[in-house]
Amino acid sequence: MRKFSGFAVGMAAALMLAATAATAENVKVGVVLTTSGGAAEFGQQILRGMELYLKEHPEALGGHDVELVIRDSKRPGGDIAKTATQELITRDEVDILAGYVFSPNAMAIAPMISQSKTPTVIMNAGTAWIPSMSPYFARVSFTMWQAGYNMGQYAATSLGAKTAAVGYTDYPPGKDSLAAFKTGFEAAGGKVVDEIPMGGPREVPDFTPWFQRVKDEKPDVFFVFVPAGNHATAVVKTYADLGMAAAGVKLIGPGDITQDTKLQGMGDAAVGMVTIHHYSADYDTPDNRAFVKAWKQAYGADSTPDFMAVGGWDGMAAIATVIRELDGNIEGDAAMQVLRGWTFDSPRGPISIDAETRDIVQNEQVHRVVKKGDRLGIEVIGQIEQVKDPCKELKIGKCGQ
Amino acid sequence: MDPFLNTAISIVFDGLAYAMVLFVVSVGMSVTMGLMGFVNLAHGAFAMAGGYVVVSLMNRFGVPFPIALVVAFFGVGLCSVAFERGLYARFYKASELDQVLLTIGLVFMAIAAATFIFGPAPLPVTLPDYLKGQVDLGFRAFPTYRVFMIVAGGVIITALWLTFEKTRLGAQIRAAVDNRRMAQSLGIDVDRLFTVTFALGSGLAALGGGLSVDIVGLSPGYAIEYLVFFLIVVAVGGLGSVKGAFFAALVLGILDNAGKYLYPEVGAFMIYAVTIAILLWRPNGLFGRT
Repeated sequence: MRKFSGFAVGMAAALMLAATAATAENVKVGVVLTTSGGAAEFGQQILRGMELYLKEHPEALGGHDVELVIRDSKRPGGDIAKTATQELITRDEVDILAGYVFSPNAMAIAPMISQSKTPTVIMNAGTAWIPSMSPYFARVSFTMWQAGYNMGQYAATSLGAKTAAVGYTDYPPGKDSLAAFKTGFEAAGGKVVDEIPMGGPREVPDFTPWFQRVKDEKPDVFFVFVPAGNHATAVVKTYADLGMAAAGVKLIGPGDITQDTKLQGMGDAAVGMVTIHHYSADYDTPDNRAFVKAWKQAYGADSTPDFMAVGGWDGMAAIATVIRELDGNIEGDAAMQVLRGWTFDSPRGPISIDAETRDIVQNEQVHRVVKKGDRLGIEVIGQIEQVKDPCKELKIGKCGQ
Repeated sequence: MDPFLNTAISIVFDGLAYAMVLFVVSVGMSVTMGLMGFVNLAHGAFAMAGGYVVVSLMNRFGVPFPIALVVAFFGVGLCSVAFERGLYARFYKASELDQVLLTIGLVFMAIAAATFIFGPAPLPVTLPDYLKGQVDLGFRAFPTYRVFMIVAGGVIITALWLTFEKTRLGAQIRAAVDNRRMAQSLGIDVDRLFTVTFALGSGLAALGGGLSVDIVGLSPGYAIEYLVFFLIVVAVGGLGSVKGAFFAALVLGILDNAGKYLYPEVGAFMIYAVTIAILLWRPNGLFGRT
């Protein structure tokens, strides 16, 4: 009996091997995103971007199958993301990790992925020094410095601003964004006259007292960083309610405050705002037109991709490259070797992952909000090509370590 | 204008508008808690319900803003009667811990229900054009909605004051708050009074919820996110006192605003510091009975 069962198991194994040889190995990708709560939309954009890439590029995986194991990281605090990631590594035994909307969530898992040597593709979290925290991080989204530092330079040189106030949501990307803008602005001869922490990222606060303070101070520009989404809508509304444009204070910021999905809800108050960012659904390039078209076909004509969707799309493309090049046998160091120096034609333009810092290199565009018929749109009025993270280039603070 | 005066006007004005939101939502809670001795932590859920009624009526059915507010007041007020009769009435004699558990459970159910029906993302409100932009009051311009909010708050406090001081219902409520057993022995139907007061309180919460959407936003977390502020107003004002809720809201709203305006680094803590100071000085609140 024992002999027979051994034989049967052997046969079954042989049959299974024969079967799997054709479909090759199944690669497990652990995806940690916010899929509930106020930030659920962010997770949805990234996930839809990932799934759309897989659908549009069936050949990209080189014949391998990929399984997305999705976990909800809920809030920005880092604790839930950490637990979810631990489960994915130890229980689900995923080969690669991906996602991470909020910076504190990405930061929380750094020691863990170093220990387990799990390659991790960050698809949103933008605090500059995150990739320095573990050699197994690679980032395809952005760093706060790419938009903030360049916005500082642009405000001083092209907008002719001499003084600026900065308002930021009081958590790591906010402080990062403040430092980035200030460094760029003051290097170009401007002066930051006020730095205002404006509450935490979880709830949208009443921005009025802070904006009123800035209005009374009358700086040339008011640089605002808040998490994309409803904070951004509230910022633009408060700016309009207080009549700050008429008072001569120009509202500027990274593209988070003119996010594609929120732009239409902001109303005409947003017209004329200048932001710097790496993506808008309005980019008039063949790659982007095809991307937006595929998106609308998949998710409905009313749906629009934003920079998070592109983070998901590009991140999935990077993961597909790793799977293809390693023929499905994912191993930490080898995977990172593939990701270092990876280049790609993204809907946002040509991008690459810097071989040394494992951070994204991309074009930054100067956006102006304009009226296009009865909708609001983005007009590109300038471009800064192939921006490496200025924080690491200038070795500032934690980026220098 | 003199910069100091200008700053003071900014702080007081914006603080007033915020105070009115706090007042309208909290006064119902203060009255129901003071009258019934019932710890109703689900009060914020009724405010949230009001917010969703207003936003859905406006966005989906194109109902004008003022009418949507009236519907929210009466709609949520009437619905709350079902809760009061079906659930709350069974717990009047229960311990405070039981009441807290019941109502906090209702809060979580309300959050889940709102997420299920309206989705997790905050809903925007599109105000009518006459409430957008700014209005020039001669010496300077103010955001129209905040002026409206202050006027609305003024109207509501006047209406409440008249109700409490000049009507039979008001006299009964005051009598029942002061001494329930005596009121009962005078032939006041306290059960019915509870129901009416509870409906009034919940309706006010809903009205406040609808009015506050433009200022503090609306998402399923509303029921719990702002609960602590409502409780602070009730505690600082003193249970059961309309006047107390009004002054507490004024003090807290304006000081919170001043803190954020003058000292952004620590300003958000101001409201708690003031609360602690006031409660150390008067543990029963500004107008609480000792």
